[in-house]
Amino acid sequence: MSGLEGLYQQIILDHSKARHGDGPLEHAVAEHHEYNPTCGDELTMRIRLDDAGERIEQLAWQGDGCSISMASASALVDLMAGRTLEEAGERIDAFRAMLRSQGAGEPDEELLEDAIAFHGVSKYVMRVKCAMLSWVALEACLTEARAARA
Amino acid sequence: MEGMSSDTLGARRVADLRLDFPAFRDAGEHAPAYLDSAATSQRPARVLDAEREYLEHHLAPVHRGASAAVGRSTTLFEDARATVARFVGAGERELVWAENATDALNIVALGMADASAGLGGAEASRFALRPGDELVVIEAEHHANLIPWQRLAARTGAVLRPVRVDARGLWGPAELAAVLSPRTRVVAFAEVSNVTGFLAPVAELVALVRERSPEALVVLDACQSVPHRPSDLAASGVDFAAFSGHKMLGPNGIGGLYGRAELLDALPPARTGGSTITRVTLEHAEFLPAPHRFEAGTQPVSQVVALAEAARYLDELGMAEVARHESALAARMAEAVAALPGVRLIGPPPGEERAGLVSVVVDDVHAHDVGQYLDEAGVVVRVGHHCAQPLHRALGVTATTRASAHVYTTEDEVDRFVDALGGVRRFFGVAGAGEQTGVVA
Repeated sequence: MSGLEGLYQQIILDHSKARHGDGPLEHAVAEHHEYNPTCGDELTMRIRLDDAGERIEQLAWQGDGCSISMASASALVDLMAGRTLEEAGERIDAFRAMLRSQGAGEPDEELLEDAIAFHGVSKYVMRVKCAMLSWVALEACLTEARAARA
Repeated sequence: MEGMSSDTLGARRVADLRLDFPAFRDAGEHAPAYLDSAATSQRPARVLDAEREYLEHHLAPVHRGASAAVGRSTTLFEDARATVARFVGAGERELVWAENATDALNIVALGMADASAGLGGAEASRFALRPGDELVVIEAEHHANLIPWQRLAARTGAVLRPVRVDARGLWGPAELAAVLSPRTRVVAFAEVSNVTGFLAPVAELVALVRERSPEALVVLDACQSVPHRPSDLAASGVDFAAFSGHKMLGPNGIGGLYGRAELLDALPPARTGGSTITRVTLEHAEFLPAPHRFEAGTQPVSQVVALAEAARYLDELGMAEVARHESALAARMAEAVAALPGVRLIGPPPGEERAGLVSVVVDDVHAHDVGQYLDEAGVVVRVGHHCAQPLHRALGVTATTRASAHVYTTEDEVDRFVDALGGVRRFFGVAGAGEQTGVVA
């Protein structure tokens, strides 16, 4: 089952159990709920910024879903804490491009770090939304935070 | 039944019958087990051939014009209606072509909305709802037999009265009796649940409705029963029934609405247009009797012709034999999956009658992960809420994994499903210490 192990890499299975960032967040400046009606997966992302309003001081999520969506949210938290809004946006774009690649190309490890483990998901069209769930939610939070800052 | 293997169906071996289906004939030895027929079924070559034959040699409009070609096309179209009507136990005038079961159910609900708005004259008043009238729906129901009634309630001020399910997703006459009242105007339920495999005792339920709610119409979602069991809709006592072609070895885009003739003749056609009318003025239109009053615009004739071929194919196999074959496979699956550690079987427990499908919850593994694992193991199932969110909410889960059989399903295929399912918890690292797990070949 080499195909399956390409999808469910150990780091993904580990993240799906570790669930970094799973929990509530006080004093959030932005919050966004995402729902995938085809499988019922749902997730609420919350972020808090530093005093200057430039960096993600902390992010956290609450949700329920398949191992891919939960692992992806966990890996997202590891990658994004402390990033500026611009850095975060750049990484969301890179992650989305990787998931749209249908397995082609080499993901940017410098930019995405452990999240490159989700490159294998891009070959499974029906699972791309699972991996994107938390990233889309964070993207909406960033938009909301920018609007509040402006 | 005793001694009959589920690898035979009537006079035929299932292995031979599979050669009728290009999807299996051409797939080779290591073809995946297709256990998603409750979503859509594979089609025999002769059904595909019938559609192509019509398109290549008989394509012409129906019920309009005067050419010989129109006459031949119209004859094929109406002969197909007679064939399918006979197959489901309906009179010819009692079968309306619809796009699918969903569309058929909407024809009824929207027709009642029109009647409630005063359309259709005195004869349609029997369908008119007043605020406070009650529509009975089932918590286990497919969205297709739920949302149209929600909309009808919203349009008319009628109220929904849900029948609740138990922890297995089951319900019965007692639960229905608890919500019936003299104000009940619609009772809508599926003959076979697309998630639990529950077989509704239709005759008993109809009798109960007639006794408690004399003004209620019984609307049957038959799209998981017509393809798999003998159907005699007229004898069943229901008022309306809906089914889909693509679940009965036939084409997409065609299905049927059965209705008792006097009801269909009185129900306002919610979709109007060419072919449905008798006399039209600039201000007014009068409509044909059923079934043509509902068939507005150009009809999907090639699909209709192919659906009749699918009905003939099933009829030749014998629907009682089809039901026996599929129930035997489902019983085999139900018994085996119920014995797997960490796997919860939804619907009737092993040993109780069920239609040819099983749905399960694997503890600590999301259904989409289960489905992915099975897919890789060469077993095609359906994962998700199966268009029955209220049922899944009642069961306390967001999604389940469903394996469903059809005429061409083999014992080997359902055994492969069970074997692969047994390996899921170990793969995802949630199997308990000492938990015996299946081995994927």
